Amino acid sequence: MAEKINLLAFEKPLTELFKKIEHLKKISEISMTDEILMLKKRIETMRKEIFLNLTPIQVVQVARHIMRPTMLDYINLVFTDFVELHGDRNFSDDPAMVGGIAKLNGKSVVVIGHQKGHATKELISRNFGMANPEGYRKALRLMRIAARFNKPIISFVDTPGAYPGIGAEERGQAEAIAKNLREMIALTVPFVTVITGEGGSGGALGIGMGNKVLMLEFSIYSVISPEGCASILFRDAGRAPEAAEKSKLVAKNLLELGIIDEIIKEPIGGAHNNCEQAAQNIKAAVIKHIDELKKLSHGELISHRYQKYRKMGIFTEV
Amino acid sequence: MAKISIQEWFSLNKKRDKEKEPQRLNIPENLWVKCHSCKTTIYNKDLEANLKVCPKCGYHYRLSSRERMKITIDEGTFKEFDANLKSCDFLAFSDTVPYQKRIEDAILKSSLNDAIVTGAGKIGGISTSLGIMDFAFMGGSMGSVVGEKFTRQVEYAIEHKLPVLVFTASGGARMQEGIMSLMQMAKTSAALERLREFCLPFIVVLTDPTTGGTTASFAMLGDIHIAEPNALIGFAGPRVIEQTLRQKLPPGFQRSEFLLKHGMIDAVCERKNMKEVLTKILTFFAEQ
Repeated sequence: MAEKINLLAFEKPLTELFKKIEHLKKISEISMTDEILMLKKRIETMRKEIFLNLTPIQVVQVARHIMRPTMLDYINLVFTDFVELHGDRNFSDDPAMVGGIAKLNGKSVVVIGHQKGHATKELISRNFGMANPEGYRKALRLMRIAARFNKPIISFVDTPGAYPGIGAEERGQAEAIAKNLREMIALTVPFVTVITGEGGSGGALGIGMGNKVLMLEFSIYSVISPEGCASILFRDAGRAPEAAEKSKLVAKNLLELGIIDEIIKEPIGGAHNNCEQAAQNIKAAVIKHIDELKKLSHGELISHRYQKYRKMGIFTEV
Repeated sequence: MAKISIQEWFSLNKKRDKEKEPQRLNIPENLWVKCHSCKTTIYNKDLEANLKVCPKCGYHYRLSSRERMKITIDEGTFKEFDANLKSCDFLAFSDTVPYQKRIEDAILKSSLNDAIVTGAGKIGGISTSLGIMDFAFMGGSMGSVVGEKFTRQVEYAIEHKLPVLVFTASGGARMQEGIMSLMQMAKTSAALERLREFCLPFIVVLTDPTTGGTTASFAMLGDIHIAEPNALIGFAGPRVIEQTLRQKLPPGFQRSEFLLKHGMIDAVCERKNMKEVLTKILTFFAEQ
């Protein structure tokens, strides 16, 4: 996957090296493999350096990378025995939200998450990961099953936001999200959220109120997209880089603000360069937190979650 | 008469217009207003006497939190909470104006400390925990202070076994507070879950406009949802939807009557009947 050059603008210094490799491969005799290996190593070191100093808007680009692993890419790497469960039992099944039962480290869990895609066709059929009210209602249905049968919940967040469409408004997008927020507080089971790509506002929070919220290193989480923020507040969508900087949407900032609990390391060059590695890192972190949360009673789990969100907010009292 | 060129004639007219202007300014302001909706000229005192509803077409003007209080709460029964809570610019955020300056300007302009006034008071004799949002304060946006005041209002209700009533008027989350404003959705919804456990009612009156993060949290979590006529109520703002879909929206879309039709609210209630209806609802819940 990595070598199918899908480089972002800021990775430009690498293009030459990739071209060289392609060239060597074309004319290649076996003797060239050493050279290729060396070039690959150079790419790796350069990438490492580039990714060490990404600006917020560059992180946004990585988080939205077309090859960024999706929920369904991770599902069989992090879990086993996944069975997808469909439908909200009211209106329809939302392909932008995926959910089901699976095993994590041999133990049953419920998994829910937004699903984007890599190719245009899938992206369209999944509505680019923008869920409709049915998606949030399906997620709630599955979370309630988890609570009733005492299974931990893991949610994967990767959405530009909840879908702003006519049908979504007619069927109560706001109500669907609001109800999820209220109900998630009262779940009696361990609940871990992993932000794997874009954490787009209410659409992300709608399945994202875990006892623990973890974030992949190059993912983002914000109340509005940098483009939206720039066009509303600066009246110029072109100033998105500035908006990304100011709204503090990268993992490091969010950890400092106490919004998330842990940053999950990504492989060199981002998760899309090594999906397996990224999945292993996610798996290890999720298992660790679920195991810790399992020590808490039902009541303690609720109060842990309640206290976490009750504390959020910065103001002065004069 | 000396001949003049057309340009000169125009500039002469301009001068004359300019001379007229001071006279126009002498007319007391706000004596008459033109209705936003039906364009009828209304005597401002009539409009005020009619609770800021156009006597001709029934258009409901937005109310400040003070005006709302005056027509809703039994006189002399209101006790305000947490007026000392103030927003602060913890992200050092500035768009065209620094956030700190925006806060100060809004405080001066509205003489409020933030976009919600909370407290306890009586409606039709029934003690209620109250929240009234004010669109004049940064578009009624929900930041840390709105989230905290609402949450404390709910906690007060739990402690004193009171119903909770809120009037919403909000453009959504306050972007200048970044992710922290999003978290207020979580906090306020969480508080309402506790209110339910204590079996206390939550009543929402949706007024124009209520959108974004406010709608997608406490505004849609009421046991009862009442809306004023023709209020804009939705998740995404109409402009965002138009831009996304690249199509014009049908008339009446996201208005109170549309929400009523789609089952999102219990009733649309004219302002003149609001207090009476709220009293009936509060009585229903208060009855032992």
